[in-house]
Amino acid sequence: MTPALPVTVIGGYLGAGKTTLVNHLLRTSGLRLAVLVNEFGALPIDSDLIEAEGDALVSIAGGCVCCEYGDDLVGAVMQVMALEPKPDHILLESSGVAIPGSILASLLFVDGLRGDGVVVVADAAEIMNTAGNRYLADTIERQLADADILVLNKADLVDEAALDSVRNWLGAQVPGTRILPAVQGQVPHDALLGSVPLPRRGHRISGHAAGLFSSVVLHPSGPVDPVALATSLAEGGHGLVRAKGYVANEAGGQTLIQVVGARWTVEPAEPGHQTGVVCIGLKSGFDPGRLDGLGLVEAV
Amino acid sequence: MTITIYAARKILTMSDARPVATHVAVKDGKILGAGTLEELQRWGEHTLDETFADKVLMPGFVEGHAHSGAGSVWDGTYLGWFDQKDPDGKVWHGLKTTDEIVARLQEAAATGEGPVVGWGLDPIYMDNVRITRQDLDRATTDRPIVITHASGHIMSMNSKALEMAGLLKQGLNHPAIPLGKDGLPMGELRGPEVMAPAGQKVGYDRKALEGSERGLKAFGRLCVRAGVTTSTDLARIYSPDKVDVMLKTTGAKDFPICLVPFRHGRDMSPADLVAFMKEVKPKSTERCQLGNIKLHADGSIQGFTARLRWPHYQNGAPNGLWYVAPEQLLEVFERALEEDLLVHIHTNGDEASELAIDTLETALKKVPRPDNRFTLQHCQMATPAQFRKAARLGMCVNLFANHHYYWGDEHYKYTVGPERAERMNACRTALDSGVPMTIHSDAPVTPIGPLFTAWAAVTRLTASGRVQGEGEKISVAEALHAITLGAAFTLKMDHLIGSIEAGKRADFAVLDEDPTEVAPEALKDVPVWGTVQGGRIFAAETI
Repeated sequence: MTPALPVTVIGGYLGAGKTTLVNHLLRTSGLRLAVLVNEFGALPIDSDLIEAEGDALVSIAGGCVCCEYGDDLVGAVMQVMALEPKPDHILLESSGVAIPGSILASLLFVDGLRGDGVVVVADAAEIMNTAGNRYLADTIERQLADADILVLNKADLVDEAALDSVRNWLGAQVPGTRILPAVQGQVPHDALLGSVPLPRRGHRISGHAAGLFSSVVLHPSGPVDPVALATSLAEGGHGLVRAKGYVANEAGGQTLIQVVGARWTVEPAEPGHQTGVVCIGLKSGFDPGRLDGLGLVEAV
Repeated sequence: MTITIYAARKILTMSDARPVATHVAVKDGKILGAGTLEELQRWGEHTLDETFADKVLMPGFVEGHAHSGAGSVWDGTYLGWFDQKDPDGKVWHGLKTTDEIVARLQEAAATGEGPVVGWGLDPIYMDNVRITRQDLDRATTDRPIVITHASGHIMSMNSKALEMAGLLKQGLNHPAIPLGKDGLPMGELRGPEVMAPAGQKVGYDRKALEGSERGLKAFGRLCVRAGVTTSTDLARIYSPDKVDVMLKTTGAKDFPICLVPFRHGRDMSPADLVAFMKEVKPKSTERCQLGNIKLHADGSIQGFTARLRWPHYQNGAPNGLWYVAPEQLLEVFERALEEDLLVHIHTNGDEASELAIDTLETALKKVPRPDNRFTLQHCQMATPAQFRKAARLGMCVNLFANHHYYWGDEHYKYTVGPERAERMNACRTALDSGVPMTIHSDAPVTPIGPLFTAWAAVTRLTASGRVQGEGEKISVAEALHAITLGAAFTLKMDHLIGSIEAGKRADFAVLDEDPTEVAPEALKDVPVWGTVQGGRIFAAETI
């Protein structure tokens, strides 16, 4: 059974930094990313990353590709799914006025895809103004509500008090949504994508903002109910941004658990994986000690 | 070239200087003048043509919002509720029951191969009956059936098609795929994000048909039957290499209309779009006017994707979707104004109209352009204040009079309620506010037929026979102006077409009766004999 290809939708209003984030992920993730874009035609890939431009696909350093989808999103998705070798992860950069959750929903009937999550990028200096614009207020509200992870970008452009104020405001708008402050989209790729089967020895959180994050591996003491564990990781108030890994289930097989913000999925896996769930969170909000009740917590 | 003088029973020139004439003289495809035979004879040697001696001539009608796909849809099978004429003039009777629909599909499935394509289905008129895949399976289980509904927002499929699309399975959980009691899709797909890929998998690609030579020719024949000599093709995505194809097709000596394709802006950056239009505009010919831009601000009212001002949708549905960000709209406007290019904007809801008006006001402060004629397309819910402001900014509106007839009852009952349904497509208010106005069919959404569209604006009848919005009626004279000079003005072509005057194209609608003498209620029934375009005669009977 080929594992489902994960899709992450990157949404957020015009100018929030979606493209910067995508380029950051292309540079740092080490994954074969397929980037789908739809922003009025201008190719949003840094020129030094581009290797070749074809009719339909742009080749990017590291085996990545970029493809414009226009009004045929599913067609573009099927096109990148047919690539050999297969991409590790699809990043779908939505247009500035799109509702990202609807875009993800529209892909869920495509066989072989798995909705990994919705990352919404917000401009720390502008988001409150944009949300107050009479034409855009409800669109921004819906975009924020769809976020599994909210990247509060351009955090360096506002002072500390202003950053606190926008965080508080966002906290009230979308209670429970993980908020990651960032400068120039520099969020550890593990926190957003993390689709490498984990854990690996020597695994380290990468990226310039790594100091803000902590990461542990959770080893349940025996076979677990994967749904109960995933639910607890996603909704148990541990402050996790993301978790992923294999666990032994009660039926004697293995299950892959994935958590993005408060969203989780479980799927049956082939046996033989090293078990353990990598859990990543912002240091300020994630206390690994609180995972004790779920198993042995190993620092990495 | 020789001079031809056409004699007619009556010529309605739409020119204030000489509103009525009996003869019109034509040379090199252009009008020398309209008047009496005596007056025109002074032009010298001429042929007197009596073909139209018992006909009434008007300026060729101008359709300001249609799509050339109205021709290619007839490659599929018509399944609508109302009688409709195909490009060959054959009348397809409206279907009133599921059984009739199945029977017509069965007939279509008996010949040919590949998907059986149907269009125009509108269960609204059949008490919203749901056509299931099992119903359609009665027509064929061997070939896939793909039906697009009249609204454009729903697609129906039989089991074979769903199977080919990979959708005939348990466990689907998608808002656009309603399930039957058996847990399998019931046969409807409700949303473009599902319809387009599913259709493609079944081998149905609407876009591939659009703009084909065959489709354009079929569209031309529909226009001749409706008296149309100039029509927009309002939302085309075309690349530079397609321009030559379009020029070649429209340049054929028997191509009967002037086509005005508007390039859609959704897949290009504003800078690239404007540069492209600037480059192709000089390639325009007498039968293909290039260089215009179309944008979508929002979706549709009955699909609940139009952007409405407060109090929004009557049923509490969330407000619709923006299809463009305000900043992007502004950038296209500014760049287009700088290059003196024309932009038409799809705005169904009143909030979308407001955004377009506000954005143009901002753009005009930077790039003043008093005669911009940026046009709000559909503009179905605009308020009186919006019309007044649009007028002062130099904008035009193209109101969807046909929609009022076909779906007015739906808006009255379901989407926005009586108060706002009555003010939809407010032709009276538009004219009284001084905003230049035309009216349209949006073919193939509704059939192309300017006399029907004029009738709809004059009577404001809905399909159920109610007058909806008495106060927004316009006169026959105003409606006839709207479908000729009114439309020409919104295309910046009123110096070329739209009236029968010296120097303009010899474009005529040839009618069997005088639309100013029949009862207003009979306007839509005035028979069209055919057209004259650029001095070339096209009879509907032989087109």
